[in-house]
Amino acid sequence: MPKAAEIDIASVSKVYGTSTAVDTISLKIPAGSYCCFLGPSGCGKTSTLRMIAGHEGITAGDIRLGGTIVTDFPPARRGTAMMFQSYALFPHLDLVDNVAFSLKMKGVARDERRAKALEMLTLMQMEAYAARRPSQLSGGQQQRVALARALITNPEALLLDEPLSALDPFLKIRMRAELKKLQKSLGITFVHVTHSQEEAMALADLIVVMNNGRIEQAAAPRTVFEKPATAFVARFMGDHNVISGRVTSIEDGIVSVTVPQGHTFKVRDIAEIGKPIDIGIRTDRVRLERTSDKSLGFEGIVSNIEYRGASVKIAVIGAGSEDFTVVISDGDYFRKPVATGDAVSLSWALEDVIPLGLVSA
Amino acid sequence: MRVRHESSLPLREGWGGVFRLLLHHRGFRNLPEGRQMAMIASTEPNERIGRGRSRGLRLPFAAICYLQATPLLLILGFFFILPILMIIVVSFWDYDFAGLYPDFLTMNYTDTLGSWVTWKTYLNTLKFTVLTWALTLVIGFGVAYFLAFHIRTTTMQMVLFLVCTVPFLTSNIVRMISWIPVLGRNGLVNSALIKLGIVPEPIEWLLYSDFAVVLALVHLNTLFMVTPIFNTLMRIDRSLIEAARDCGASDWQVLWNVILPLAKPGMAIGSIFVVTLVMADFSTVQVMSGGQSASVALMMKNQMSLLQYPAAAANAVVLLFVVLLMVAAILRVVDIRKEL
Repeated sequence: MPKAAEIDIASVSKVYGTSTAVDTISLKIPAGSYCCFLGPSGCGKTSTLRMIAGHEGITAGDIRLGGTIVTDFPPARRGTAMMFQSYALFPHLDLVDNVAFSLKMKGVARDERRAKALEMLTLMQMEAYAARRPSQLSGGQQQRVALARALITNPEALLLDEPLSALDPFLKIRMRAELKKLQKSLGITFVHVTHSQEEAMALADLIVVMNNGRIEQAAAPRTVFEKPATAFVARFMGDHNVISGRVTSIEDGIVSVTVPQGHTFKVRDIAEIGKPIDIGIRTDRVRLERTSDKSLGFEGIVSNIEYRGASVKIAVIGAGSEDFTVVISDGDYFRKPVATGDAVSLSWALEDVIPLGLVSA
Repeated sequence: MRVRHESSLPLREGWGGVFRLLLHHRGFRNLPEGRQMAMIASTEPNERIGRGRSRGLRLPFAAICYLQATPLLLILGFFFILPILMIIVVSFWDYDFAGLYPDFLTMNYTDTLGSWVTWKTYLNTLKFTVLTWALTLVIGFGVAYFLAFHIRTTTMQMVLFLVCTVPFLTSNIVRMISWIPVLGRNGLVNSALIKLGIVPEPIEWLLYSDFAVVLALVHLNTLFMVTPIFNTLMRIDRSLIEAARDCGASDWQVLWNVILPLAKPGMAIGSIFVVTLVMADFSTVQVMSGGQSASVALMMKNQMSLLQYPAAAANAVVLLFVVLLMVAAILRVVDIRKEL
């Protein structure tokens, strides 16, 4: 079994001309973990991956792989293997030669490398297609070949650049499960770049949310979802209502947040009076009930209702929020249905209000 | 290609009769290209034209399709198929110093193929072709590789590519003749070498030699290699090169294992251009060898000057056959269909 490497990114920056793609990020990815870089396009996640792989120069900082500083190493000497977004299989070679490519570059004899490649293809259940060219394969099959090609070098870390983005939704979910299984059985470090929070949640041991070249939050999926560190993370992960306001008073660790429209909400946090603050409220924790505490709810007008099967999504306008989302179970909804234009009371518990910080600069 | 030929048309016309023009211009120079076009455009309509017309009234759509294909069919029929058929027919005619006599004789072919001079001339032409092909391939790939992989911005790539085409703004003949003051006995090269004291007296083989012929042929034809190769290189997905590097390939290994195999179709198309152009060349060989070297087309030109049209036609059919064989061989080695 190949050994896994810890990846240590220390104050790494990437500058293209005048624009900064990655801005002094630091991150430790534990050996043998499945790490997902998550963020919108242009957030620097792919640049970071390419710097780990060695396909992009590092402007400042260092990258360590399992104790060795690899900043100036060429890709092949780093002990990493990369799987490209479009898989980048060689169109002029059959699958065996594609997989055997890196062995050929090392000068391994033809029969030996082909035998080893076939073994790898068998592991990926692609041996039946060994004599085919990549263009004769479906997207999922191409992905397996790309995996076989990447893994034949026994890498300590596998780097995947949006590996599932080229697949149709159904296949995406299947290949996702295969990736996870593969990572578990190989035990090596996987670094996976994606813009889908669902994908990251399903796969990762460690989610790294990036925005504008910075890391907004790096934590386990559950932490990222339940305790999003910033308003960006809360919005990007979805299922959160974000309310922005200013701190007006603090009492016993309870902060009062007043939105520009005048309504005040409560959150358990430490803050300074007068400072701007964002709070997050999970959409599925909001109830359609009147509350005694005015600062743990508000009155609004229903602007839209979406039926989703097991749940119903209700959009509400009120308290300065244009699109406050409430998700309730279908049972609760049909017991007391509401219609667009109805006035409703919303409420939630103090524990469900999450204070959202800003990125620590 | 086409534009260049058309622009040099009046010049050629001044050199000989219309028949010769058709022979060289249509029959040989444009043959592979024309043939491909004919195949693409007219195989199906040709086969089904009868049925299509009779069904035309009931099936207006089919009629419209055939109608659309008609102009090209007419143009190719009149200017490509008809001339070739004429050449083939005339190649079986009899002739003497005064006229042509319709007949069916194989004499022209037995004379051509039975002659020691023909074989020697073919060998000489093949020698020029192979040398020119090899040199244009190496130079053309080098230039295309530099343009595609070492020039970073697309604008600069286009600018430099256009610079490559600048010599083509003048005609073949002018470009060829301009070598004479460079290579001549008292030309630029010789006088420079003598002044620098490198050689005591002018080098004779610079001009009016096989060297001069190959030099001019390479000069005239390299761009035909650069263009298609550049085109295929530009289409190579850059992530393939990164993938190769990720697999530990060195620069040379990337070139040998990824770029060269993927550039093969462009190299094949360029080779077809160069091989057909050089095989049918007569002016370069005549001017640059000073009449000391022969090529097949030059042999035909001489036959026509002696009004031996049927002999020239037979020769032309043989050359056509040889060139088609060469093109077929190239296409057998490399599958260019994906490129078209």
